[in-house]
Amino acid sequence: MLKTPFLPFDNIPPLCYLIPMKVELDSKVHEFQKPMTVSKLLEQLSLSRETHLVIVNDRLVTEDYRLGIEDEVKLIRVVSGG
Amino acid sequence: MKCRVCGETASISLKAYNTALCTEDFIAFLEKRVFDTIQKYHLIEKGDIPVVAVSGGKDSLSLWYMMNKSGYGADGIYIDLGIDNYSDISFKKVKLMADTVGRKVYTFHVRDVLKRGIDEFAKSIRRPPCSACGMIKRYVMNRVCMDRGYNVLVTGHNLDDEASALLGNLLYWKEEYLWKKNIELKGREGHLSKKVKPLFLCSEREMAAYAILCKIDYIYEECPFSVDAKSLVYKSILNKLEESSPGTKIQFMKGYLKMVKEGERETNYCINCGYPSYGEKCNMCRILERFGINNSIIQFEEYNA
Repeated sequence: MLKTPFLPFDNIPPLCYLIPMKVELDSKVHEFQKPMTVSKLLEQLSLSRETHLVIVNDRLVTEDYRLGIEDEVKLIRVVSGG
Repeated sequence: MKCRVCGETASISLKAYNTALCTEDFIAFLEKRVFDTIQKYHLIEKGDIPVVAVSGGKDSLSLWYMMNKSGYGADGIYIDLGIDNYSDISFKKVKLMADTVGRKVYTFHVRDVLKRGIDEFAKSIRRPPCSACGMIKRYVMNRVCMDRGYNVLVTGHNLDDEASALLGNLLYWKEEYLWKKNIELKGREGHLSKKVKPLFLCSEREMAAYAILCKIDYIYEECPFSVDAKSLVYKSILNKLEESSPGTKIQFMKGYLKMVKEGERETNYCINCGYPSYGEKCNMCRILERFGINNSIIQFEEYNA
């Protein structure tokens, strides 16, 4: 019986996919495939700009800020029961 | 977006004011708004001795911080509700801020005096936890003011807290509470300290941004008993309105301030503690009696920075 030839790169996934952008919200991490503005991000997560602030690389940013794949993004909920 | 004042990159956009500001200009803007409110409504006047009710959250810690930073020196009062983990973290944040502002903080430990945490206490008096918590806080904070010579109790109620409470009172036409949400609640000599809310015109979003930009270490977790609070539903509705029509919340509350009138108040004083009461004894004294706790053992711990 013929042996299947050994192919060294068979189990390695292709390298041409995008690294997802990671967004932290209430200790959970959400991943997004495309870069986008802060305003679009809030829309995709169905969050209001009135109830969440966006911190990018430890800096508070406005809704028109364009997020990059390597940005460290954190969403801060501002509403409390009080 | 660029800062309206200096042209640098903005940190926050404020749609209600049709502007955007950088970190430095936003901090100056918010502090000015708070101190203008204090002056315009005569919340704290020359010779007053204020004390701030602090919870460890963004509003009260930011208020305490900015008051001490800007010449309104004030000590703090903290009520440890005995809620596992949540109370421990919030007390830690309060002590950290006491160290930062260099002021003392009076602490009342619910578990030490009532021999149970707020949840068990609420169950035993058949009240929701938030109602029991409010009763204890009002009583203890007033007691600190009366016993330690503070004549103004400053609280961190913000625009969203007040607007949501007003909406709730309007929806159910709770007339008895409708006029009790003023920016200043008058005191009664020897019985009740004056209560003021300098953050009345500052939104929750603005206060969170201030805390973040000033690097104030506040408790981010929600009180476990407020998760189902009705006020959160009202806040969400108001925020939807604000998003489509910026400035709605502030117009709502400014309108209220123009219309507000003196509400009906208690006419008696508790024969035990002197706190205003509708009956012979106030609610707190009646409950303490039921638990066999003498009113005089209510003591405060002092944390000195």
